[in-house]
Amino acid sequence: MIDLDFNVNSPVLFVIAGVIVAAVLAQSVYFLVKAWRRGVEIGMGKDKLKRIAITAGVFTIAPAVAIVISVITLAKDLGVPLPWLRLSVVGSLSYETIAASNAESAMGLTFGQVSSLSASQYVTIAWVMTLSIMVGIWLVPLIGKKLQNGIISLENRDKKWGDIFSASMFIGMISAFVGYVFCDFSNVFHGDMSGLIPALVMAVSALIMCLAGLLVKKTQWRWVSDYALPISLVLGMASAIPITGWLA
Amino acid sequence: MKKKLSYMDSVHRDGRIWNLSMMLMLFMYPITVGLIYKTLPDWRGFALGLLATAPMYWAVAVVEVLTYVPMLGAGGSYLTFVTGNISNLKLPVALNALEQAGVKASSEEGEIISTIAIAVSSIVTTLIIILGVILITPLTPILNAPVLAPAFAQILPALFGGLGVVFISKNWKIAIAPVTLMLILFIFVPALNSSTVGIMVPVGVLFTMGVSRIMYKKGLL
Repeated sequence: MIDLDFNVNSPVLFVIAGVIVAAVLAQSVYFLVKAWRRGVEIGMGKDKLKRIAITAGVFTIAPAVAIVISVITLAKDLGVPLPWLRLSVVGSLSYETIAASNAESAMGLTFGQVSSLSASQYVTIAWVMTLSIMVGIWLVPLIGKKLQNGIISLENRDKKWGDIFSASMFIGMISAFVGYVFCDFSNVFHGDMSGLIPALVMAVSALIMCLAGLLVKKTQWRWVSDYALPISLVLGMASAIPITGWLA
Repeated sequence: MKKKLSYMDSVHRDGRIWNLSMMLMLFMYPITVGLIYKTLPDWRGFALGLLATAPMYWAVAVVEVLTYVPMLGAGGSYLTFVTGNISNLKLPVALNALEQAGVKASSEEGEIISTIAIAVSSIVTTLIIILGVILITPLTPILNAPVLAPAFAQILPALFGGLGVVFISKNWKIAIAPVTLMLILFIFVPALNSSTVGIMVPVGVLFTMGVSRIMYKKGLL
């Protein structure tokens, strides 16, 4: 066997990451085809299915670009292949940074200031990033079916409560994120107005969604309703630029 | 004769096979790199790094599975817990699709809609990241431009503004108590921030369910 010099951007690392990313892509395609076929089978109509797919695709663009930015950020320390893999599979923008930073500091390195890694350090970071996020991937196969059957039987017992139960889940989740938007709000009491930025961005996005709703009512333009969420997301993000310039 | 599986049963069977296979594939990365470069992890760094990271994220993952599976449906859940980016992407995408179709994830139509939305979102994300990786050199100065930084820093507020107004306006009676509670908690408890919002999601969900149950029993909903 040839002894290879380790490099965080070595082609062999791209190949391994590429194989795994291809498998993730294959799983998504498999489930898409399976659901699509079933949808057609039960008479949902190809147009309806197509509309769902296009809306989801358009909506995904802005958050996906944000994920690319995270790849670039992590690539400074870890090279491109590991962040590429990590951000294409389980995890999130914040998780990968925290996991990489914890693994690096455990070896006496400082996140964002690593100029070169040994193969052993690299493998250590890869293990920590992989293992720390591995629970959901096996827990869903273990309890997903039971959990879902439980919800279905609850909804069948009392339909009205079933509807309220389902709305409560969504509202409970959304309320946590609405609260999160205000997590720096208390800084305003100390004269730091930057705590208002997320709240104002959220308000702009909500306003655009309301305007889109009104437009749909007045004009019956279906496409506005399909793209209202991606539009409110992008315009909300865009509004963050002047709002931050004003308050930061 | 073999009994024909229902669609839902076949989703669970396929999901189990895919997810457990993907789990093994994910382990392949550190194992293969270790074998190729004939190296072992720095065990001390590994233990300390894992101890600092895993307990919190393992706990969050358990809570996320319990909270999000009923919202995402079966196919959507199997995919989401492989492809990640739940709250900033997969959940809003599924919620928006279900809301527009006016169905619940637990119905067969909802199951199909949620799966299609999440699968397309995963495919688009994967392809955009691949494009980003290929074009990383020319893209880096553009995407890292200071002028764009505030926009990407505010994705979640921009996302939940649009999504929140739809759900809250339709269910305002249910929303009053949890939104008020979460605002008070996040404004006045300094420990609550972007790293702890994941823990607060089930708190919000359980609280909302409790309040809704009381209101339902009293005939207020």
